[in-house]
Amino acid sequence: MNNNNHNMTSEPYLPEGLPRPVPRNDDLDEPYWSALKEHRLLVQKCDDCGTFQWGPEWICHHCLTDSVSWVDLDARGTIYSWERVWHPVSPALASATPYVIVLVDMVGAPGVRMIGNLLGDPTCEVQIGAEVVGVFEDHDEFTLLQFATETQR
Amino acid sequence: MTIANPRNGRTLRGRAVIGGVGETQYYKHGKSPVSESKLALDAIRAACADAGIKPERIDGFASYSTDRNTPILLSAALNCEELRFANLVWGGGGGGGSGAVANAAMAVASGSADCVAVYRGLAQGQFGRFGAGSASPTVSGEYAFTHPYGLLSAAQTFAMKFQRWVWENDGAGMAAQKAVAMASYHHAQNNPGAVMHGRPLTSEKYDQSRWIVEPWRLYDCCQENDGAAAVLVMSPELALECGNNNAPYILGAAQGSSRRYAVPAHNAPDYASSNFHDVSRRLWEMSGLTPGDVDVIQSYENFTGGVVMSLVEHGFCKPEEVDDVLTLENLTVPGRLPINTSGGNLAECYMHGFELIVEAVRQLRGESPNQVPDAKVAFVSSGPMVAPVSNLLLGREEALA
Repeated sequence: MNNNNHNMTSEPYLPEGLPRPVPRNDDLDEPYWSALKEHRLLVQKCDDCGTFQWGPEWICHHCLTDSVSWVDLDARGTIYSWERVWHPVSPALASATPYVIVLVDMVGAPGVRMIGNLLGDPTCEVQIGAEVVGVFEDHDEFTLLQFATETQR
Repeated sequence: MTIANPRNGRTLRGRAVIGGVGETQYYKHGKSPVSESKLALDAIRAACADAGIKPERIDGFASYSTDRNTPILLSAALNCEELRFANLVWGGGGGGGSGAVANAAMAVASGSADCVAVYRGLAQGQFGRFGAGSASPTVSGEYAFTHPYGLLSAAQTFAMKFQRWVWENDGAGMAAQKAVAMASYHHAQNNPGAVMHGRPLTSEKYDQSRWIVEPWRLYDCCQENDGAAAVLVMSPELALECGNNNAPYILGAAQGSSRRYAVPAHNAPDYASSNFHDVSRRLWEMSGLTPGDVDVIQSYENFTGGVVMSLVEHGFCKPEEVDDVLTLENLTVPGRLPINTSGGNLAECYMHGFELIVEAVRQLRGESPNQVPDAKVAFVSSGPMVAPVSNLLLGREEALA
């Protein structure tokens, strides 16, 4: 399932200068980062028991088998929690505050939550439980999953 | 079949005491005039002087987090006769503080060591801070899922836990966390050694302080400091030999984590929690005590919302009651739930919570700057919202009866 219906951003939400995400040395999470560049969202799912898990792990945490596969996930969910950052701890963000970070309960993958920025007005009222959709934010060498409410798309 | 005591009598209760405590002067971040190693040595020597024992008799060392002052170097510097126990609780924050004391007590109770120095030395100005973001050009692993979103610091890592907790509890907790901040500052005004002594926090000053990350303001966040603190854990017999007849006993201790709390990228099943749901139960089981038996509370404040969740998870208060029970009046001496009576991480010194353990001992010896009358049982919790976390109950000998 390819989520081409989701928006792509033209401008990154945060300024450049934060550390650039790269796969681990052991490549455990390489499929996730590669898929994002193709505007696909992958998470881990156990072939045997069907349990989803995130972040990436070597074995299924439920049945402890090695049968963990990467599966496509619709980039949709509801806001599980959020925060609005006012104090920048990185020089790159000195003029970027406030900004909003959301933790999103993903539809279609029970127990899986994903982190992103909430696109749009950073001073907006944020509601836990609100529906959000994924937005793929392309950078030169990587792509990030971001989130937006329907009205912000 | 119900097993009354699944551990068949195995316990740390009453098996070890804290025979002495020591601290350096506490400094603002980066202001220590001496090196971190010297700070650690000073605190341990002070604890030995307090206990009435020669440093060469220390035969074990225990610490937590990323303490750079290793037992090998400390035992050499202090000319210890023999090193029998060297131990560190894993975990990058202050969650292992009480656990390090418990580990020392285990070494003493098992006969593996006789006198264990438990310590934390910090000069973050010399080595880098917990609160600062990374300067590396790339990031991988767990942090690759957070840092690119500007989720970098400890405050930013934990704020969403408390935000969710407040939502799950119909908006409770914001008044309680303010009271936690104000209680620490209130107590610090009577403690000349507190970094925030002479800098009282008013209700207006709290309300007008800037947001660091919603839902936390400046005064909800711990300081960063330089200094060192140490305690000596030994057998009750050795303490008596040293002339200490009021050394507080370890009544109970627990450390660890609930199931999969440490899953990366904020996917812990029990997310809106301080991670004390299981660790608290084991503390009460070992000690045979209940929250109602506690006279004074020392509860690690990395961020005030974490204290609120920790107090709830230890059973001091129901979640729906936090804003009514965790008030400034109740949380300050002579209130019914006095917390952080030396000023704690917020206002005495952020010695990664170890100053709280020293203060618990002072309370039980009647030496606190904000003494709880006739305190017999003191509770300590270390590092809410991290993994592992740990806790400790200390008490006067009569609390063992």
